[in-house]
Amino acid sequence: MHSVVCIKQVPDSAQIRVHPVTNTIMRQGVPAIINPYDLFALEEALRLKDRFGGKVTVITMGPPQAEVALRKALSFGADDAILVTDKSFAGADTLATSYALAATIRQIAKESPVDMVFTGKQTIDGDTAQVGPGIAKRMDLQLLTYVSRIVSVDQDKREIVVERRAEGGVQVLKTSLPCLITMLEGSNQMRFGTMPDMFRAARYEMKFWDKTAAGIEDVTKIGLKGSPTVVNKVFTPSPRSEKAEMIAVEGGSPADVAVALLAKMAARFPLVEKELAKRA
Amino acid sequence: MSEETQVKKKRKIVLDERLLAYKGVWVFIEHERGQVHPVSWELLGEGRKLADMLGVELAGVVLAAPGEEAKRFCEEAYQYGADLCYLMQSEVLADYRNDPFTQGLTELVNAYQPEILLLGATTQGRDLAGSVATTLQTGLTADCTGLTIDPDNRSLLSTRPTFGGSLLCTIVTLNYRPQMATVRPRVMAMPEKVPGRVGRIVEHPLAMAEDDIVTKVLEFIADDSRDKPQLPFADIIVAGGRGLGKPENFQLVRDLAEALGAEVGASRPVVQAGWVELDRQVGQSGKTVRPKLYIAAGISGAIQHRVGMEGADCIIAINNDPNAPIFDFAHYGIVGDAMTILPALTEAFRQKLATLKQAG
Ligand SMILES: Cc1cc2nc3c(=O)[nH]c(=O)nc-3n(C[C@H](O)[C@H](O)[C@H](O)COP(=O)(O)OP(=O)(O)OC[C@H]3O[C@@H](n4cnc5c(N)ncnc54)[C@H](O)[C@@H]3O)c2cc1C
Ligand SMILES: Nc1ncnc2c1ncn2[C@@H]1O[C@H](COP(=O)(O)O)[C@@H](O)[C@H]1O
Repeated sequence: MHSVVCIKQVPDSAQIRVHPVTNTIMRQGVPAIINPYDLFALEEALRLKDRFGGKVTVITMGPPQAEVALRKALSFGADDAILVTDKSFAGADTLATSYALAATIRQIAKESPVDMVFTGKQTIDGDTAQVGPGIAKRMDLQLLTYVSRIVSVDQDKREIVVERRAEGGVQVLKTSLPCLITMLEGSNQMRFGTMPDMFRAARYEMKFWDKTAAGIEDVTKIGLKGSPTVVNKVFTPSPRSEKAEMIAVEGGSPADVAVALLAKMAARFPLVEKELAKRA
Repeated sequence: MSEETQVKKKRKIVLDERLLAYKGVWVFIEHERGQVHPVSWELLGEGRKLADMLGVELAGVVLAAPGEEAKRFCEEAYQYGADLCYLMQSEVLADYRNDPFTQGLTELVNAYQPEILLLGATTQGRDLAGSVATTLQTGLTADCTGLTIDPDNRSLLSTRPTFGGSLLCTIVTLNYRPQMATVRPRVMAMPEKVPGRVGRIVEHPLAMAEDDIVTKVLEFIADDSRDKPQLPFADIIVAGGRGLGKPENFQLVRDLAEALGAEVGASRPVVQAGWVELDRQVGQSGKTVRPKLYIAAGISGAIQHRVGMEGADCIIAINNDPNAPIFDFAHYGIVGDAMTILPALTEAFRQKLATLKQAG
């Protein structure tokens, strides 16, 4: 079983701050992490390797610094890592990203056939959940999104059964390999790296692939040129035109404040009043 | 809507001759188990505005198994504002599966060429939108919170949160059509239904048989909706945040919710600390809600929380910090300790409901 896991290095958005005066994003000192959602994909691929043997290849498209994310993935137990990096990839939206990643996975498959491709549900910086479906369509792989559990794998028949989160329930789907799975968060828990894997990760000779190595055939489909969407402007959300009406009662108790609030609300929000009447 | 912090040079969008033929606004009508997802009606409401700005028709797109049900979906779509519906019926469309739906929607787009295609940002809508956009090789903007038309060049301006929700950005699609966008449930208002409003049907066949489809649905396990909180569609929500201090204090939020027959919501730190279930998180990485009344206790009003609840008709905020950001967009604010204000509110609402009941 050969799985390819797509991971992305992202800024730890929990630590991003917007400068209070200039309203610009303060990125300095914000640590880069593996997109948290991708860890569920990686762990699931490692579990398949535990059960069926084979190997796990992690790939990312990004700047040279993304090497750190790949080494981290190796320390969890991934076997191989490829950093797809080329100046011409800059400015890629999801369509251009899926084109480059699909080409890369095809190159990998030339050396060792790929049974499964995994991606996270979405990234925390792009947040689009489009790259997984994009890769699947470009490679003509069966697409299984929001998978919460791999129920069974039949290696001889090359079939897989999964549970997929749908609206209002869970779909149980059967399909054939190779396929692409986008893994749902919370579906598993990332293991701790072992000592030997950590050493191996530190010594691993990283593979850097430029656009030629990644087998990119059409350069008009990558980077800014291959991206149909562009960001026109970035801005901070403005406050509502009016601020909250503050309820306070001179020398009053919390009970007085509560009563005052309800009286004001009844006058200004008949809609709420009607809703309350329904519940009376 | 806001103050710009960084303006890039405005791009001139010049469409190729063949792309000029793309006309009309489409909304994908999502359904599962015989139910249309309400987000589709919300999108028809929004799509109506876009279509009127452009002076074009608004269409619903229904892919379904043959039968009365699909026709009923179309009739309902007219009542929510659609001028026409594209209807594709086939046995292979009985359950949602990526392949037949992607092929079906792609065929329809290629045949009838809409300029805008909107889908709900649900598990189904996102699965389908990402696939169709790649197949059609066009642009897709996910999780939009605002949609409008650029009067200069008729292109769609899609606004969405970026950088984990701390900023907003506006995205345009260059020389590609259709312009695709997904929108989360409850972000847009539900339009009024107009009984008796009618439209026309355009039927189109799907050139695909069950044998062509690799993926099979073995089973559908419906959620046991009895215990599942239905936060997005609740009319009253009482939410608590980290300001409540400890898990035991969260009971005060539950007490008020119970008095009101309301759902309980929470900010992310409270969910992460395990005080309440994951399903109750409101915000950017939780649920978007649109209640008539939202009561927030001990919640600072960070942008990631705000984007999930600012669609509420009336927001009451309780916070002991008079400068808490939540007071910038709440309708009513009470500065004070949630531990004493919450019980007082619970009592006041109880009495109010009792009075309303007497009044009949
Ligand atoms: C990528 C990303 C996604 C996120 N998604 C979400 C999301 O979906 N939902 C979400 O909520 N957050 C989300 N967050 C987190 C968000 O940025 C805030 O950290 C979070 O909303 C803060 O929660 P809080 O208001 O409960 O806590 P705090 O910010 O700690 O605020 C507590 C408030 O309680 C007040 N307080 C303290 N004591 C009392 C008292 N006794 N009585 C009354 N008030 C009191 C304080 O003045 C303060 O305003 C996200 C963050 C990131 C980076
Ligand atoms: N640059 C990238 N390199 C590798 N994988 C990526 C990249 N961007 C996105 N992905 C994968 O695609 C998933 C969805 O990303 P997104 O569409 O940006 O939300 C992520 O969880 C990753 O698994």
